[in-house]
Amino acid sequence: MALSKRRRAQVVRGVQYGVLVVAAVALALAVDWQQVRHAFLDADAAGRLFPGIILTGLKNTLVYAALGFAVGLGLGLVLALMRMSSVGPYRWLATAYIEFFRGVPALLVFIAFGFGVPLAFQIRFDTYSTVALSLGLVGAAYMAETIRAGIQAVPKGQVEAARSLGMPAGMAMFTIVIPQAFRIILPPLTNELILLTKDSSLVYLLGVARDEYELTKIGREALNVSPNLTPILVAGLCYLIITIPLSQLSRYLERRTGGRRISSPESTGLEVKA
Amino acid sequence: MSVLVEISGLRKAFGPLQVLRGIDLTVSRGEVVCVIGPSGSGKSTLLRCVNLLEEPTGGRVVVDGVELTDPDVDIDAARRRIGMVFQQFNLFSHLSVLDNLTIAQRKVLRRGRAEAERVARENLARVGLAEKIDAMPGQLSGGQQQRVAIARSLSMAPELMLFDEPTSALDPELVGDVLGVMRQLADEGMTMMVVTHEMQFAREVADRVLFMDGGVVVEEGPADEVIGEPRHERTRTFLSRVLDPTHHGPGDPTS
Ligand SMILES: Nc1ncnc2c1ncn2[C@@H]1O[C@H](COP(=O)(O)OP(=O)(O)OP(=O)(O)O)[C@@H](O)[C@H]1O
Ligand SMILES: [Mg+2]
Repeated sequence: MALSKRRRAQVVRGVQYGVLVVAAVALALAVDWQQVRHAFLDADAAGRLFPGIILTGLKNTLVYAALGFAVGLGLGLVLALMRMSSVGPYRWLATAYIEFFRGVPALLVFIAFGFGVPLAFQIRFDTYSTVALSLGLVGAAYMAETIRAGIQAVPKGQVEAARSLGMPAGMAMFTIVIPQAFRIILPPLTNELILLTKDSSLVYLLGVARDEYELTKIGREALNVSPNLTPILVAGLCYLIITIPLSQLSRYLERRTGGRRISSPESTGLEVKA
Repeated sequence: MSVLVEISGLRKAFGPLQVLRGIDLTVSRGEVVCVIGPSGSGKSTLLRCVNLLEEPTGGRVVVDGVELTDPDVDIDAARRRIGMVFQQFNLFSHLSVLDNLTIAQRKVLRRGRAEAERVARENLARVGLAEKIDAMPGQLSGGQQQRVAIARSLSMAPELMLFDEPTSALDPELVGDVLGVMRQLADEGMTMMVVTHEMQFAREVADRVLFMDGGVVVEEGPADEVIGEPRHERTRTFLSRVLDPTHHGPGDPTS
C-alpha cells in the first residue's frame, strides 16, 4: 500500500516527535529530582546572592564586555584596514596578529596581560584596563575578519561614485564604505559581543577586589559559603539575561538587513544575496 | 569654441589585454559626444580614463587645462569638476537623497549646510524629483535613482559630465525620463560624453558620434553621418544589429 508523499511526511514527523517525548520522559525519570533540588534549587542560598549578584556581578560583566568590545572594535577596524592595505608589511603584520590571537586560548592572553606584561614592562594596569585589553586583543582578531568581509561586501561602485565626486580614498572609506559595512555586519558583531560577555568570566584568574567581581566570580565565591551549587545556577541565569536579548537583537538585525549576511568570523567565505 | 577635453595617444591594457590602442579625441566646451560600439570595444574604459578611475597605460588626458596623466596631479581636485553617472546608479545606499547630494559638497567643497542644501534642492528640482528629497535610495525606482545620481553630480557644478550607459539598467518605460533630463542638460550647454546604445538619443542630441571597435575609434562625425550613412563596414554591421536586432543573417555571432 503506497502512502501519499504528504501522508508519509506526516508519519515521519509523528515518529520524530514520539522519539523526542520518550527520550525526555526517560531522562526525567532517570534524574534524582530530590538531589537536584538540594543541589541547585535552594531558595535561601539564592536569596543570599541578591542584590550583590546584580549590582556588582551583572554590572561588572556588562562593563567588562562593553570595554572589551570597544577596544576590540577599534583595533579590529585598524587590523581590517591593514589586512587590505597595498603595503605588504601592514598586511603581514595584521595576518600574523589575527592568526596568533585567534589561535591561542583567551585564558592565556588573560594570564599574559594580568601577570606577564606588568612584569616585563614594570607597569601596573588596574583590573578594568587589564580586562579591556585582554578581551579587546582577542576580540579584535575575530572582529577584524568580520569587518574586512563587511567592507568587501560593499559594492565597488560605491567607492567609484565617491571618488568621482572628488573624495580622497580615506574619506570615501570612512564616510561611504565603512558605514555601509557596519550595517551589513551588525548581526555577526552582536554575536561577537555575546562571546566577549562569556569570556569576561576569565577575570577570575586575576586577583581582583570584591567590587570588581563579575558573575562567575561571585558565583564561585558564594560556593565557599553555600551548602550547595545554587549560586552557579543563578549566575548562569544572569548570563542569559544578557545574552538572550543580544541574540534576539542579532536575529532581528539580520532580518532587517534583508538577507544580506556575512558568515561567522571562523569561515572566510561570505554570502551576499542582493 | 575652446577645448575642454584633450586626449592623445591614449592606451590602456589590463595585463596582456590591450583594451584601448591609441585614442585621440578633443571635446570642445558645450559639445555633446556620444560613444557607440559593440560590447567589449573599450567604451567604458575610455570614459573611465577621462576621470582616471582607470589609470591609462600610455598617452595624455587633459581636462580643462589640467593634465590628469601627470603623476603629480591633484586627482581629487580634478575630479570635482568632472561628474560621472554610472549604469548602476551607485547612490550611497545608507544616505537619504538629500545627504547623497550634500555629502561631497560639504566634505569636499567645504560648503556650509545651508548652501549645500540650497544647491541640492535646486538640482533635484532640475531633474524633477524635488518631492523625493527625504527618500532613501532603496525607495526609488531605477529611473528616479538615476536622476538623483545626475543631480548629485550636478551639485558639484562640474565642467564636464560623463555618462556610462545611464539607461541600460532601466526598465524601458523609465528610460525616457532619464534621457529627458540629459537632453535638457545638453540644451543648457553642458559638455557631455555619453556612452549609449540609444541611437535615437544620439541622433537627436549628439553634436558628434564616435564609433569604437577593438580599442580604436573607427569612425567619427556628425550623428546623421555616422548613424545615418556610416562609411565603414564595421559601423554598418554594428548599426544594423542595434537598429534591427531581429534581422540578423543565420550564423550571426551576436545572436
Ligand atoms: N578591470 C578590468 N580588468 C580586466 N579586464 C577588464 C577590466 N575592465 C574591463 N576589462 C576588459 O576590457 C575590455 C573592454 O571593456 P569595456 O568595459 O571598456 O567595454 P565596453 O565597450 O564598455 O563594453 P560594454 O558595452 O559591454 O559595456 C573587455 O574585454 C573587458 O573584459
Ligand atoms: Mg561598458
